Order: sequence, then structure tokens, then C-alpha cells
Amino acid sequence: MDIQLLADRPTAEERAAVDEVLGPPVSSWDGARQRRPVDEHVAFGGSAARAGRHLLLPALHALQDAIGAVSRGGLNYICERLTIPPAEAYGVAAFYHLLTVDAPGTPVAYVCDDIACRGAGVADLLGELDAGREDGTRIETSPCLGQCHAGSAAYVHRPGVPAHRVGVAPASAPGVLGALRGNAPAQAGAIPVPQPVTDRRVLRRVGAVDPASLDSYREHGGYAALAWAVERGPEEIVAEVEASRLMGRGGAAFPAGVKWRAVAGQPGPRYVICNADESEPGTFKDRVLLEYDPFAVIEAMTIAGLAVGAATGYLYIRGEYPLAEERLRAALDQARHAGLLGPVSMSGMFDFDIEIRRGGGAYICGEETALFNSIEGYRGEPRQKPPFPTEAGLFSRPTLVNNVETLVNVLDIVSEGGAAYAATGTESSTGTKLFCLSRDIATPGVYEFPFGITLGDVLEAAGGVTGELAAVLVGGAAGSFIGPDRLDTPLTFEGARAAGISLGSGVVMPFAVGTDFADITRRIAAFFEEETCGQCVPCRVGVVRQGEALGRLTTGRSRTDEVALIDDIARAMRDASICGLGHTASGAIQSAIALDLIGVS
Amino acid sequence: MWGSNAREAHPIFFHHLLKGVHNGARLYAVDPRRTASAAWADVWLGIDVGADIAVANAVGREIIAHDLHNAEFIARATTGFEAYAAAMQPYTLDYAEQISGVPAEVIGGLARDYATAGTAQLCWTLGITEHRSATDNVLALINLALLTGHVGRWGSGLVPIRGQNNVQGGGDMGALPDKLPGFQSVEDDELRGKFEAQWGAPVPPDKGWHLSLMFEAMDRGDLRALYIIGENPAQAEADAAHARERLAGLDFMVVQDIFLTRTAQMADVVFPAAAAWAETEGTVTNSERRVQRVRKALDPPGEARDDIAIVSALAKRMGHDWGYPTAEELWDELRSLSPMHAGMSYRRLEALRGLQWPCRDEEDPGSPFLHGRLWAEDPAERGRPAPFTPVEWIPPADELTTEYPLRLTTGRRLDSYNTGVQSGGYSSPRRHGESLDLDPEDAAALGVEDGDRVRVISRRGSVEAPVRLVRGLRPGLAFMTPHFPDDVDVNSLTIDVWDPKSGTAEFKATAVRVEKVG
Amino acid sequence: MTIELRIDGVPIEVEDGATVLDALQLAGLDTPTLCYGPNLTPVNACRVCMVEVEGSRTLVPACSRPAEPDMVVSTNTDRVRHSRRLVLEFLASSVDLSVAPGVGAWLDEYGAEPSRFGADRATVGQPVKVQDDLYIRDYAKCILCYKCVEACGVDAQNTFAISVAGRGFEATISTEFDVALPDSACVYCGNCIGVCPTGALMFKTEFDMRENGTWDEDRQTVTETICSFCGVGCSLELFVQDNRIVKVLSPLDHDVTDGHLCIKGRFGWEHIQ
Ligand SMILES: Cc1cc2nc3c(=O)[nH]c(=O)nc-3n(C[C@H](O)[C@H](O)[C@H](O)COP(=O)(O)O)c2cc1C
Ligand code: SF4
Ligand code: SF4
Ligand code: FES
Repeated sequence: MDIQLLADRPTAEERAAVDEVLGPPVSSWDGARQRRPVDEHVAFGGSAARAGRHLLLPALHALQDAIGAVSRGGLNYICERLTIPPAEAYGVAAFYHLLTVDAPGTPVAYVCDDIACRGAGVADLLGELDAGREDGTRIETSPCLGQCHAGSAAYVHRPGVPAHRVGVAPASAPGVLGALRGNAPAQAGAIPVPQPVTDRRVLRRVGAVDPASLDSYREHGGYAALAWAVERGPEEIVAEVEASRLMGRGGAAFPAGVKWRAVAGQPGPRYVICNADESEPGTFKDRVLLEYDPFAVIEAMTIAGLAVGAATGYLYIRGEYPLAEERLRAALDQARHAGLLGPVSMSGMFDFDIEIRRGGGAYICGEETALFNSIEGYRGEPRQKPPFPTEAGLFSRPTLVNNVETLVNVLDIVSEGGAAYAATGTESSTGTKLFCLSRDIATPGVYEFPFGITLGDVLEAAGGVTGELAAVLVGGAAGSFIGPDRLDTPLTFEGARAAGISLGSGVVMPFAVGTDFADITRRIAAFFEEETCGQCVPCRVGVVRQGEALGRLTTGRSRTDEVALIDDIARAMRDASICGLGHTASGAIQSAIALDLIGVS
Repeated sequence: MWGSNAREAHPIFFHHLLKGVHNGARLYAVDPRRTASAAWADVWLGIDVGADIAVANAVGREIIAHDLHNAEFIARATTGFEAYAAAMQPYTLDYAEQISGVPAEVIGGLARDYATAGTAQLCWTLGITEHRSATDNVLALINLALLTGHVGRWGSGLVPIRGQNNVQGGGDMGALPDKLPGFQSVEDDELRGKFEAQWGAPVPPDKGWHLSLMFEAMDRGDLRALYIIGENPAQAEADAAHARERLAGLDFMVVQDIFLTRTAQMADVVFPAAAAWAETEGTVTNSERRVQRVRKALDPPGEARDDIAIVSALAKRMGHDWGYPTAEELWDELRSLSPMHAGMSYRRLEALRGLQWPCRDEEDPGSPFLHGRLWAEDPAERGRPAPFTPVEWIPPADELTTEYPLRLTTGRRLDSYNTGVQSGGYSSPRRHGESLDLDPEDAAALGVEDGDRVRVISRRGSVEAPVRLVRGLRPGLAFMTPHFPDDVDVNSLTIDVWDPKSGTAEFKATAVRVEKVG
Repeated sequence: MTIELRIDGVPIEVEDGATVLDALQLAGLDTPTLCYGPNLTPVNACRVCMVEVEGSRTLVPACSRPAEPDMVVSTNTDRVRHSRRLVLEFLASSVDLSVAPGVGAWLDEYGAEPSRFGADRATVGQPVKVQDDLYIRDYAKCILCYKCVEACGVDAQNTFAISVAGRGFEATISTEFDVALPDSACVYCGNCIGVCPTGALMFKTEFDMRENGTWDEDRQTVTETICSFCGVGCSLELFVQDNRIVKVLSPLDHDVTDGHLCIKGRFGWEHIQ
């Protein structure tokens, strides 16, 4: 491809960082500094040279990690190595909030100021950080960092080889400033899984198993499910998943068995993706599984790969989850060494391996089709469906995408049988569900209950609301508020539907009387303004107009008109947007208005 | 793509090619430079200038050696295979590597991919034809198509891409030394008789001179007067200084052009002409033999008249009053004389936005490709078999020596065109004037940097230009364009040794040395 | 093979592979479109062409959705009209659509009132980028329809000099690091101008004439002819005002060009001015 680069050349540091991901260049046409005699007469390019596009995001991360920015010379070098036009690579880099484009690299702390942490004096924290930070460091606010149980959180990135990437939660000013200087964070608090182990199924190994040890995982029954699966073969695995009536836990509540069956029936090559991009405000359940039971996720993905006949799986992990990523990478290495990945040699042989892809700070990349584009090295913009991922997903091939929690459930389904699994829960909502409790609750954390439990009982089990309950946000920013009069709502898929809400990713966030809902809803509106990909007009402009109307409403400049306007906007976003972000971007705000929570502030 | 930088010289053709690439087609580029086109290729074969026949022959030998040739097609539709195969014997991959610099296995890869592809095309332009072995270069490629049956089928074929918007049309209309319109031979009495009857005048029965022969005739004094329509030989010819001398020696020269070109400035009489493409009615024929309408959108400036008016007025002064026929009337006369154009009425050309010849009657949809007859079952329909024509490699005429160690080759850039008469008019942000493009290693050896002025000296002349360091070359290979002859008269360097069969000069291979100025 | 579907109750037959928009056009229904181009891959980003399809939870973009047998499509429901109206209001309230052909009529037809979003609403207003003598980029008029990106990219020119950068309302069409066009990979084919539906990308000639108040489409003729340069034979549409060429396009449905040109065909006409 006749790409044209800017004049800027990469520094040795930038080259090294990129080469670490891509391997050293061979030909001078692809970025090698020395021209070999053969390069004078031959160059290989074409589609083979362009096939490495999916390494763009990893290479951009490598630059960001090493020098704290995507520099011009560094970007040029990536483009030369991967045959990517620089404008496209720039468009991709500029899409991600965790990539610093064309600015000097500095250590940076992203401090959560989202709805859960907002209750706990985030303004004070930001003030202290700003006063205390050293020159050449940055403090930025961030949407929810998935540490809601801690009440405050930061993600710190200090460039270097290797980069210092840590989560700090709870986030104190000294802790964050220390992390910016490169200090290891203080010992993280207790694992946020308050229930006794006997009450937990999906979460049963959390805290018990050593996440760094395959042996420990095996001692806790690990890899028995895969052994069973290998023995029974793909058809039976899929049949068990169907029999379990497992519903997806990523938010869309789609029957897992239908997807597995569909992908298995398509011509290969096929792919499996574990969606670990968990970014819905108030959600941290997947992080807990990834950090404390990483082998379970890997085993479940391997079963999925076997079942649908995929040779490659991608685990797309949120960029702000450094600990989970580190533990997963270590676990993958061990699994490969043990012959449980790569060529898997159990009673039968099959090929399956997993690649980790780190997100770049974009909520939208959790949307499955945006996630495909992100992996493929394009901007994380969702695709219009149909075609559905089961038919044309990653690299336009049939693709199975499941959420972390969905996948981990499969282990028990395979071991116990789908029918036995389905005995727990209700007819349409089988098994157990993880709920993320935070904010005005006595004991925040991830809780697991068999489907059927009511909202009130969930709150009760977590020690009850601190203060008098004003409303509960169910499902996160994409969910809706529900009033104290509806605590008897069963938190099942069908119960939620009947109540006109959605369980989403399992967020249950109670707000006490006295909450400034004007501020909370504005934060939610701002979340969508920051996180819309901007591809389609109804969402790109709609979220801004919604934010403006809400701003006027909550500052008392007008009232009834604004409500009608918000309804008009919401309807168009729901009807005409490409993806779920636009479809759900008004739900929380409209429900807060309906409950008359929003005063003027 | 062989000797073609279509990405810059034929950009919209390249759009179509890239559609194929995006659909999974493999692209090979054979070119001394790694051009913008070659950068798209799966494999670029950076041959040394003039090595084309050695490489093509080696490809042929390799195809035969691996039994990848299409024996059935060869037996049915060609002649001379045995002689061809025998003649290719010396052209081993190693020999081709020695001559071209391209590793043997890479040439072998091209051979195997070309032979085994379901459909494959060989596209070329002036990199093949601006050599003293121009015709042989083309024949070497034709042999490959015959060998594999990659001809005369949808998706397969030989694709020479025309350099100008109507060179094909000029040929169609008989602007060739030996042809009447529709490629009908002047030497054929019956065909010639048809024209004589229509025109009511005798047509000379002998073939004329092509351009290179005309220039030789000027030297001998056999050609004394010249009527030039829309051509700028004073700058476009190889060894341009010599060409200007010859033009200056003529007794009488008439130039009909839309500009007072360098050539027009030398003329005794100048006819200011309207720009055919926007100030007159008519047709042009593109590379794919598609005849399309040009239309008048503007009034020509000043006294300029369209070509039909000028020629008609001239005829009248010579005592032949033709009136002033419209373009359509002339076209209809052509259709009555040229069977391959017979079906192309203006009405159809307009409705269908062009038709590809041959188009024999008003029902004929035209012909997207030629030579399909070679695949016909019926021998009568198949007609004359296509002959293999073995050709031998010869090196470029302008030898590299220690005195002239650099190989200078020429070509077009995207935003400019030929001698810049038309393209010089608009301000292109990408245009940087003429330069000597050099490999950084050569520049370092000469002690020059990007932008330094140098003198480029060939055996015939010398020019001054700034150096530009580019990728895509290699030590020993330099590049210039003919686009800015008023500033840098590159064709005063080139050699006017020409191909005896086509008359094309060897613009692509000049031996030069470079000296730093100041 | 043909497919039969129902549009507003009327059965329509289309070729297999046709889109719903093709069917709507066949049915003679005037459907607003902005990001759609007959010579481009549909990106279905603007969402003005939405229709209701039975069985679909949300509305469906007509431009990209393949027609299916027995599909039941409605174009004149309250939902459809509401969506189209809001999308047009969103655009007209944030982008300068003053020279976008056709949009004024749609705003009227759908009763759009962009001003209801308040006087201090955000817009994409910004200065015009004039970086060379050939064309200008006025992103205050940009609706981010992706057409220029596609024409510069894989659908035609394959130069990829521009991309969408940033995200959300802040997203813009940009070169790498937003360098000026002459420093970028741009080869000035002008194919982006050819596809831009809003006049955000404009010939410098047209821009200057509009600034001077001399641009007058009523005094213009459009003549189809063939480019005078290389042997590809690209079809040109010469827009002429007062015996001067003021801009050059190519017919979208022409086999040779698909509506796309190179710098010479698009801009190389100064020599006859
Ligand atoms: C804006 C948006 C963000 C999403 N983020 C996530 C996410 O972080 N994790 C996830 O599993 N699913 C997420 N989803 C849902 C995915 O698109 C997809 O439905 C899910 O990964 C499928 O897995 P499941 O069937 O196991 O639930 C998101 C959807 C939308 C619209
Ligand atoms: S709905 Fe929003 S997030 Fe989804 S594609 Fe459209 S602009 Fe992007
Ligand atoms: S500049 Fe024009 S073509 Fe490009 S995205 Fe904007 S409106 Fe569309
Ligand atoms: S024209 Fe269909 S979405 Fe833009």
C-alpha cells in the first residue's frame, strides 16, 4: 500500500516498544533500519502485509506504556510496520481515552468521579490531588472504574519499560500520589465478596483459590469441566448449554445456547470472544472473577472454543483493569505450559489458544460489534445488525461473544448437566446471578443469589440501605431508577421486564434520601456524552441535546418543555440509533424524572 | 503490472485494479522502482532497467519446466510452441537473476502464481514500450499469456494501458503510417478502394513513415514540410536538442495546437485550435477501446476554431469545398467505412455512455474483451491461431560505464502530464517542480543532500535540477520526469535509439553521471 | 431471482441483493438520505432514511438493509416521521446546512424546528480550512456522514488521507495529527468533494464565488465530456458559468469512473480558462 508517512522518525525507545509487540522488522521496506541487498530488488507487501492490522491497538498501547503518549514518530513507525495509513491509525488512537495523542507523555491518574464514588467526597480528593501532584503529572477524572465497593478509586499509569499501571481503591490522595511516583499501591482491601462461601456458586472459588496457581485451581475442581467436555464432544456441550437455558449476563440477556448452536453451525474459521470490558457504571463483578478466579474464565473459554469449533479466542479486557490483566496473562502462560491451551492434549486433541486484547478506555467497546472493530484495529464503532455476530462477527467470521460471568456459569453446566443447572432459579431465569452493590448500602460488594430474589431482599442481604431509601438504580447508567415502593420486584429477567426495567449487568445501587439527583442524572448524561462513539446522528447529537435539556431542567431555567423535549429525544435515540448505547442512554434520566427525583440544584 | 505506475499515471484504472485486490486478487509488480503502484503489490520485483525480456522468458521457461502451461489451449489455438520452448531454454531463473537482480525464487514464484491463477492479467505501459526492444518486450508478455491461456477470457488478458486520452482513437482513425481508419491496411487494394470510392480521390497505396522515420527523413532532406496537429515534438522527443535542430531545418512547418507550444513557436504558420475535449464535439477512444463522446462546454478563446473547421477551411483554400461537416456527419462516414465502428451511432454512444469496439451493427453490445475466438470450439470461428514469437533479451543501448555510472529512467507523476502543456495550468499542492530523484546512498556518495542542485550529464546533453531523496529507488538508479521541459529539459539527456518495429525511442534507459553544482 | 416485499401495503418486487432503499425508490417513494451514496458502501450513520420493519424492535436504515422476502415495511408511520424529524433537527441544530442540497425541503416536510433546542445549544461551528488553491474544508457544515472518508479510502481512492478522529460530538474528519492537507497523504483527487452531501467540501472556485456573491446556479450549464489526460477515458461533468469552468464532477453511474476522478481530471482545466 502506498502509504505516506509524516517526516517524524521514531526514537530508539519507540522502536523498541513497538518491536516488543510486533517482533523486529525484517525488510527495510517494513521499517528495518538496515537495507539488505535483497531489499533493493524485492519487497513483499499486499494483503499479507496488511493482515497485521489487529495488532494496531496493542502496538499503540506499547507506545503509550513506554513513553506515555502516541507520538508522531512512534505512530509513523507502527504504520510502516503494519502498513496502515497514518490518518487511520491516528483516527483509531484518538478514539481511546487512555491513549495520549500527540502530547508529551506524563504519569497520569484517572480518578473516578462517577455516580458511586460521587457520594464520597470526590471533589475533595481531586482538590487534594491537584494541590499535591508533582509537575509533569496529570490528574484526570474518569467514568466508573469498576471499584465501586471501595467508594473511591483511581487508575494510575506511569510510563516506562515496563509501565507502572495500578488501580488504587479506595483512593486516598497520598496513595494516588505515591502511585504516580511509581510506588506499589498499598495492600488492596478485602476481596469484595461478603457472602459466606457456602452461599456462593459462581463465586465459590473467589478468595479460596490462589489465582496465581494452576495447581491450586485444580485442587478446587478446576479443569474437571473441560475433561468432561472433551470426553463428550461439541454436540453434547452445546446441548447441555441449551438445556441449561442460561441467559447472557452481559446486559442483553440473550439465551447462550441459541448463540452457541448458531456459531457451531456456521462454516469456519470461527472465533470465541470473552467480553471482559466491564465498564457499565456500578459494575465490578467480572473484575472480581477475573482477578480472583482467572483460570475459570480460561477454562470456560476453552470449552466454548471446543464446543463451537474455534481455534482462537480473544479475551478483551478493560484497560483500567491492570491486576486482572496481569493475573490472566500469568494464568494463560501456565495453562499453555500444562498443555491446556495451544494444542490442548487431554483425552482428545484440539487446538485452542487465547489472546488478550487490552481496551483503550472506551465504554462502547463492550458492545460486541464495536469490540470486533476494536480488535481488528479500527475505531470502536458498533456495526449495524444484521448481520449478527454468529454469522459475521470478528474478521467477518462467525463469532461467539459471551460475558465473563456467562462463561463461568458454563463450567457448572457442563459438570452438572444443563437440566440440573436449570433447577436453580426460575423458569425463564435459571441459575444464580451476580449483583454489584455499592453506594448507600451497608456492605457493598458482589453478591450471588439464585434468580427469584426480590430487590428488597438483595438490599437486605447486603446489610440494608444506609439512610432512608430514595431510589435504586438497577442496571447501571444504561438501566433505570426504581422507587422504594417497588422493592418487591423480583430481580429476574422476566420480573425486570414486567417492571419495565432491565437487570443489565447486575448493578443494584441504592441512593438515600438527600442525594442530589440533579447532579447524579447530569453525571449520567455526561457519561453518555463522553462515551458515545459518535457514529450515528441520533446518539451523537441526541446525548448532547439531552444533556443540555437536563442542564436547563436541573438549574431551574424551564421545566415542562424540557421534559417533553427529553422524551422526544429519547424516543428518537431508542428508535433510530445503531446500538444499545443510544437505545438506553435516556432510560435512567427518564425514570428519574418520572419518579420526580430531580430537584433543582 | 509490468512497467506501469498506473497508481499515478492512470489513477482511475488503478481504482478498478484495487477492487480486485480487495476481493483477494494477488498483485505482482515488475518495475525497476518500487512505485506507488508497486507498493500495493503482494510482491514487487525490482528488476534492473531493461531486464524485462530476460525475466519474462525465465517465467515462460519456469512455467514449461513445471508443466504448468495450458497444453490444451496451446495445441488448439496457437502455433510455434515447440520453437518457443526451445528458445527459452537458456533463460534459467539464475540467468534472469543475473540480469535483473531479482532473486531466482521470486521470479519462480511469479511464474507459478501466474500460471496457476484462475484468471490473470498482464498490464503494462511505457515501462515496457519505451525501450529499443519495445515490440519484443510486448511479444515476451504475449507469449506468457498464450502459454497459460490467460487471454480471450473474461478476467484474463493482456492490458496495455494507453497514455493519452485518445491515442487509441488516433490509431482507430488511421493516424498510423500503414493503416486507414478501422485498422484497414492501405496496402490492401480492395480496402483502399472502398475509401477512394467514398472520398472520390486516390489514396497513396504505400505505407508512410512513423515519427522516428520522419525525423530520419528530415536528416536526409527527404522530408521538407510538416503539418503538426496537437503534438509538441520540440520537447517531447528523445534527444530533444537534436529533434529541435531537425525541425528548424525544415522548409515549412505548420502547427495546429491549443497553445503556442515550443514547437508552435518554431512554426511558419500556427492555427490556433479549440480544445477538443471541452470546446468541440466529437469522440475519443480510451484504453479499453471504449468510444465516448466529447462535447462542447465552452466557447474557444479568440480566433481559435475547432479542428474540423480548420481542416475544412484549409481544404477550401486548396480548392476542395467540403462545406463544414458536423462531427456527427464525419463520424457517420467513418461508420460506413470502418466495420468495427459500424454499430456506434451517436444516439447509442450517448445512451450507453460509450461502446467498446468491435461493434458491428446497432444490435451489437460491443466487446468488453478481444480474442475470445481463440477459445471457440469451431475451428472456423477460432480462425488463425495465435503465434508464439520467441524473443531474445538485449541490454539497453546507452551503456553504463565508469564515466556514466547511473541509470536514469523517466516516467510520470500523479499531478502532471507529459510536457506539462495542459497540466502546468493549475496549481497542484503536490507539485514540486522537476528534480533528480536519487537513492539516499547515491546522494551520500555524491555528497549531496535533499534540495541541493546538481548537474545531470548524459552522452548527449546535460541539465541542472535539485536532488530529491526518495524511497523506491536503489543505488545506481535515478528518476526524472518530462513534465517541466521549460525548466529542466530532461529529454536533452535521453537517447533517440528506437525500436525498429514500433519507432518508439528508449526513454526509459539513459546513462548519466551526476555532479554537484557550486 | 426476485424478492417480493410490501411497502406501505403495496407489494414490490426487487432483485435479490437489493436494499430496502432500492425498493422504496422502485415504489416511487422519496426517501431522505445523507450518508448513502450509490457509489459507496452504506455506513448507515446519518439515520434519516429509517423505516419501520415488522418484527424489528427498532427502526431500520433503508439504505443498508437488504430486502427480504415478505418483509413488511412502513414509511409513513408516526414513529418513522418522528425519527426523521428528530434526526433532521439534530443535524440542523448543530451543523450549517445552508448549502446542503435537498435538506431544506426535508426540514419542511418533517416539520423540523431546530431552534427548540435552545439558543445556546452546542454546534460544530469552526473556522473554514483553506490550505491550498484547489478546495476548502468547512467542517462547520460537516454532518460526519463518512462519505469523504470512504471515497478517500477503500471505496475509491484508497489513499486514506482522512479519517474520523476523536469521538462523540467532538469527532471530526481529520488528517493524521490534523496536519494541513498539503502535508498529509492527500493526493487531491477531490473525490471527497464529489460525495460530500452538505457543501462542507467545496471547490475553491465555488467557495470564492460564493464569498463574492457571484455563484449563480441558474446561470450554469453542465456538460458531460471526457477528460483530456490519460487513456482511461473518465467522464467529466463540467459546470460552466459565464464561459468558465467552475467545478468538475463525474457521473456516479458511469462504468469507467463510478463518479471518481484524479487530480488531473478534477482540477486540471485551468489551461483552457
Ligand atoms: C454500550 C454497550 C456496552 C456493553 N458493554 C459490555 C461489557 O462491558 N461487557 C459485556 O459482557 N457486555 C457488554 N455489552 C453487551 C454486549 O454487546 C454483548 O451483548 C455481550 O457481551 C454478550 O454476552 P452475553 O450473551 O454473555 O451477555 C455492552 C453492550 C452495549 C450496548
Ligand atoms: S448509538 Fe451511539 S454509541 Fe451506538 S453506534 Fe450510534 S453513536 Fe455510536
Ligand atoms: S466533510 Fe462532507 S462528506 Fe465528509 S463527513 Fe463531513 S459531510 Fe460527510
Ligand atoms: S442514508 Fe441511510 S443511514 Fe444515512
